[in-house]
Amino acid sequence: MEKIKGLKCKECGEKSPAVAKHVCEFCFGPLEVDYNYDFIRTQISKEIISQRPHTLWRYWELLPVEKREVLTLHEGFTPLWKSRNLGKYLGLKNLYIKNDSVNPTFSFKDRVVSVALSRSRELGFNVVACASTGNLAGAVAAYGAVGQFKTFVFIPADLEAGKIVGAGIYNPIIVGVKGNYDEVNRLCAEVADIFPWAFVNVNIRPYYAEGSKTLGFEVAEQLGWRAPDHVVVPVASGSLLTKIHKGLSEFHQFGFIPELHTKISAAQAQGCSPVVTAIKEKSDIIKPVVPHTIAKSIAIGNPADGYYAAETVKKTKGYGETATDEEIIEGIQLLAQKEGVFTETAGGTTIAVLKKLVESGKISADELVVAYITGNGFKTQECVEGKVSKPYVISAQLNEFRSLYENLVQNNIVKVPA
Amino acid sequence: MASKIRIPAPLRKLTKDLAVVDSNGATIQDILADLEKNYPGIKERICDETGQVRRFINIFVNGEDIRFKDGIKTKVEKDSEVSIIPAIAGGL
Repeated sequence: MEKIKGLKCKECGEKSPAVAKHVCEFCFGPLEVDYNYDFIRTQISKEIISQRPHTLWRYWELLPVEKREVLTLHEGFTPLWKSRNLGKYLGLKNLYIKNDSVNPTFSFKDRVVSVALSRSRELGFNVVACASTGNLAGAVAAYGAVGQFKTFVFIPADLEAGKIVGAGIYNPIIVGVKGNYDEVNRLCAEVADIFPWAFVNVNIRPYYAEGSKTLGFEVAEQLGWRAPDHVVVPVASGSLLTKIHKGLSEFHQFGFIPELHTKISAAQAQGCSPVVTAIKEKSDIIKPVVPHTIAKSIAIGNPADGYYAAETVKKTKGYGETATDEEIIEGIQLLAQKEGVFTETAGGTTIAVLKKLVESGKISADELVVAYITGNGFKTQECVEGKVSKPYVISAQLNEFRSLYENLVQNNIVKVPA
Repeated sequence: MASKIRIPAPLRKLTKDLAVVDSNGATIQDILADLEKNYPGIKERICDETGQVRRFINIFVNGEDIRFKDGIKTKVEKDSEVSIIPAIAGGL
């Protein structure tokens, strides 16, 4: 227990042991893991990290588990590259894409789940569960199966097919709730009160959330141990955005990156933007909304970490911006056609908001910007139906292809050099 | 004249296990002072050192969140129902 001192309330500082608890008994604030940073500092260095396998567990010392034996599917350390075409198109000289759509279950949730289920095993749980907008359900189902837990995933009953199949293939018990995510989440809080299960985003939340720090760690390491000037992060509960900032801050605290001035900007869908609204109104109160957007993965009307996300944006001098459903789809198309990455609606939101921030002068041409692409497009195929190239169907006859080709030329779809 | 104050389960140890108590007070601020008089220790669970209601506690007067009214200065008419509800971090 040298690494972890216990849990600490983010609001009032009240301390408690490192068990499966997420609410402060004194003031009802959220609990966070309380690390022994002085001890950790003696155990880790850039050199040690650099030589470890290419998964997020290279940062083990800064993650909230006690044992070296963890439940991993080799998640994390995903590709980061300087954009080939998209930066030029948008007018940015140093745009980087962080592609988390290629994790084991095709979203960044594999990070938080690997941590959550590793800790759940340490705490002696046999049943794991979650409330999810889709990606978390897939991750919990997969890691639950491999870790040989009994697994329950709670989702809104009307989620995209790709997300339901993407969880069901691992054979969990799927509970489809007739309602939106906020209602699913409230139900899970009530279930978690009665059933002695590890709910990754309820009683295991303090450990679960820490997995997202690795998105900050990796970007800093992959950029050559330095912080970017600006990052654009999609916001659902707000947890990811706050933990990216925490990851960069811990690296700075340890001297792994020389400076930290990263502006952190929040991307939400116009149809569910309680955090961006608070940022724009300069308010520290998050007003819950009822979501209406195709971006179901980020459709959380009452975000648990909304206040902290808005504060982080304000503190880092970032911005909040929204995208309409139309703009989100265009964002998906743009990322696919310029960088070859097929992302889901959350990623489309990030690209659409990035574009708006550049167009409005809030991100300048020289800034080193990182766009976080958090999930895979195959999970939300419905939203690009009718917006992708469809096959021209012909028989296996050369003359049919010739006719087709002439047709394409006549309609200027194919240009023939003079 | 008195309003009915609904006490959430985690705070009932301080109100002798009562789930509903009566309180006089023209504003939420008055009601909180009244509660503290009758049930010492309850105020610091609801308010921080500056006297503001803690971030993860919601207070409703007849179903309306005082954050969208006048905060602790929100007027409380007689016979009102005041609910004190912790916001569950990680959910609604």
